Amino acid sequence: MLSRVAERVYWLGRYLERVENTARLINVYGNVLLDLPRPAKLVWESLVAITGSHEAFSERYTRADERNVVKFYLADRSNPTSILNSIGGARENARTVREIVPANTWEAVNDLYLYIHEHVDSALKRRGRDVFLTHVINSCQFIVGSLAGTMSRDAAYQFLRAGRYLERGDMTSRIVDVGAANVFPWVSWMHGGNVPEGTQSPYESILWMSVLRSLSALQMYRRLVPVRVRANEVVAFLLQDEAFPRAIVHCLKEVQASLDALPRDDVPVARTLSVLRRVRDVDVKAVLVKEGLFDFIDQLQIEFSAIHSAVEETWFLPRVSRE
Amino acid sequence: MKFSWQHYDPDKFYDELISSRGHARGPGRAVAKHIRSLTTEEIRERQIAAELAVKTMGITFTVYTHGTNIDRAWPYDIIPRTIAGRDWDRVEAGLTQRLVALNHFIDDVYNAQKVFKDGVVPADLILESTNYRKACRGIRPKFGVWAHICGSDLIRDQNGEFYVLEDNLRVPSGVSYMLENRKVTKRVFPELFESENMRPIGEYTSHLFDTLASLSPRPLDYPEVVVLTPGIYNSAYFEHSYLAQQMGAELVEGSDLVVGDDGFLYMRTIAGLERVDVVYRRIDDMFLDPDVFNPDSHLGVRGLMRAWQEGKVALANAPGAGVADDKAVYTYVPDIIRYYLGEEPILRNVETYRCGEKSMRDHVLQHLDRLVVKPVNESGGYGMLMGPTASTKERREFARRIRNNPRNYVAQPLISLSTCPTVCGNGIEPRHVDLRPFILQGANRYVTPGGLTRVALVKNSFVVNSSQGGGSKDTWIVD
Repeated sequence: MLSRVAERVYWLGRYLERVENTARLINVYGNVLLDLPRPAKLVWESLVAITGSHEAFSERYTRADERNVVKFYLADRSNPTSILNSIGGARENARTVREIVPANTWEAVNDLYLYIHEHVDSALKRRGRDVFLTHVINSCQFIVGSLAGTMSRDAAYQFLRAGRYLERGDMTSRIVDVGAANVFPWVSWMHGGNVPEGTQSPYESILWMSVLRSLSALQMYRRLVPVRVRANEVVAFLLQDEAFPRAIVHCLKEVQASLDALPRDDVPVARTLSVLRRVRDVDVKAVLVKEGLFDFIDQLQIEFSAIHSAVEETWFLPRVSRE
Repeated sequence: MKFSWQHYDPDKFYDELISSRGHARGPGRAVAKHIRSLTTEEIRERQIAAELAVKTMGITFTVYTHGTNIDRAWPYDIIPRTIAGRDWDRVEAGLTQRLVALNHFIDDVYNAQKVFKDGVVPADLILESTNYRKACRGIRPKFGVWAHICGSDLIRDQNGEFYVLEDNLRVPSGVSYMLENRKVTKRVFPELFESENMRPIGEYTSHLFDTLASLSPRPLDYPEVVVLTPGIYNSAYFEHSYLAQQMGAELVEGSDLVVGDDGFLYMRTIAGLERVDVVYRRIDDMFLDPDVFNPDSHLGVRGLMRAWQEGKVALANAPGAGVADDKAVYTYVPDIIRYYLGEEPILRNVETYRCGEKSMRDHVLQHLDRLVVKPVNESGGYGMLMGPTASTKERREFARRIRNNPRNYVAQPLISLSTCPTVCGNGIEPRHVDLRPFILQGANRYVTPGGLTRVALVKNSFVVNSSQGGGSKDTWIVD
């Protein structure tokens, strides 16, 4: 398989997953805000910080209010990670590998592209947002499902799968960050800055439920942890559960299995395994209380991008100028 | 109300289906009869269904508008063009004869140059041509063949006689649309395929693969054949991708390929470098190798020409093959056939006057009002004089240009294209058509039965290019 084709299929997987996850991220944010007792201005700003887009955002906007942040993530052409740009990236990559992916995948990606372009403005207001985001998420699920049902498990499929799960693991870590960013300021505020160990804010449960719901994880979580929805258990579930397909350990195992099926896989697989081990072995309670979740997730995201670099260096075209 | 051929009037032109008012020619009888059994409304419905099928099948071509490229649905007309098998046999023999002679000619031009010494073709005409490549001197490609894939444009005059309008020896396109048109027709008129005996065309891609494989420097059953495309923004990208897929070959861009330290050509794959034996290149000579041709080219591969010169990789068509397809060489093709093959040309050229020769120039200058004048090195209809419709002033201006630079011009009588019944807004009307068959030459030879029929959808127009409102038809060779 050509390196260029591998790269395009990999990015098709990543962009599609990014479209879906950005939709989920905006969704959970809206829901979290609806659940809070009064509008908190700061939280929209923290969403921008969590995705590492502060600079890009402040170049374009002065106020990090709901309208601007939502526009930035959904419809802003100058934001490389907006849904509008991600679906454009998915479409361009799908277009160039039409001979590799099943025909209906290209059609579905193209349909979603057209839908997003036509309807993204309606999602800038709260009233139309839910319909739009739900359609986007469902369309992505349809594409992933039809790929699973019709595509041979060849090298192309493994690149698609690796791209998807790497992107997904990365985004799950950001969504966990979103949850924590909204829970802890509240807890901290209620206790005047000093949070006694084991304290739970009255809204903590609601907030974490929103986070789980955004990942379609609430039902699966309930089956595992029947009683309360608390930070420890939720974070442990989203980081370490092996069975839930959006949990980080599960994602890393999928990445590892995909890369394992490819030639010359030593470095990328080794790198994936070391991240996998670290996440699996971490003491979540200790992280939450002592080390700080933000630092842990920061580090995790650096490691995700190191896996990506290994994949790029091993299999894709060299990034040298052709002069 | 059923459709009737009684009001169909092709005027003075040769119509491919209807010979005289209401009467169908032999090979088209079943088609004409079937259409007669439909109402005008039903015919419209079939046309709409066909256009929908084209969309679902994803048959597109790319046009540039306002700096962006747009995929447009391929224009297709449901009424097939029919040609009698015995007429076609002659055309097929003529096309093969022509390509074989042209390949002898190209090989001679880059090697012994006997054709100049024997005074058949003037040397400076060729050596000063923009399509002559010095880098090809002394190279002997396998079988002495340079143009492996040729697309020749044919037209028919008032009597139905076939003429060759031009030979495309560089990167002729259109064959994928010929193949897809047949598939669409099978969806639209499945009933006709039961009663008619038409020659199949679906084997083209396997013949193409065999032709390319026969060029491989390594004697393998399945050598590594790749299709080299300029990329997704090229107007023929659909075809590049289609042919690669049909042949089971890799579709590559310049950046996928690299010439190794050993001088062989490799492609970059996820398992490392893999050797490439044959490149079916769909980019122009000038972009093949920045070391030899256009140094700014990002489409080609550094060192590719040397690999080819050393016989380490085959290129189809070979660089420099275009030397035989400019308008000045065209006029010599009948002589080239006689010279190399000792045979009379089977297919006729359109009568062409070379203004560089005094007797012909005098004739042209006296009959400018009846002739079309073309510069030899332009394509796409630029810088032409349409004598019959031009003003006196324009004709005077062209006479001056011809006198100043006679060798730059050729002149032809205004060519009439045959017509074919075509679905239009108000029913079925005659529209002008041409025909592009594809000819292969490697270890073996092959001619597509029929070819791509292009149709000028605008009434009385001779412009068949799809970028300028042209359409297409399925073409049937009926036995």
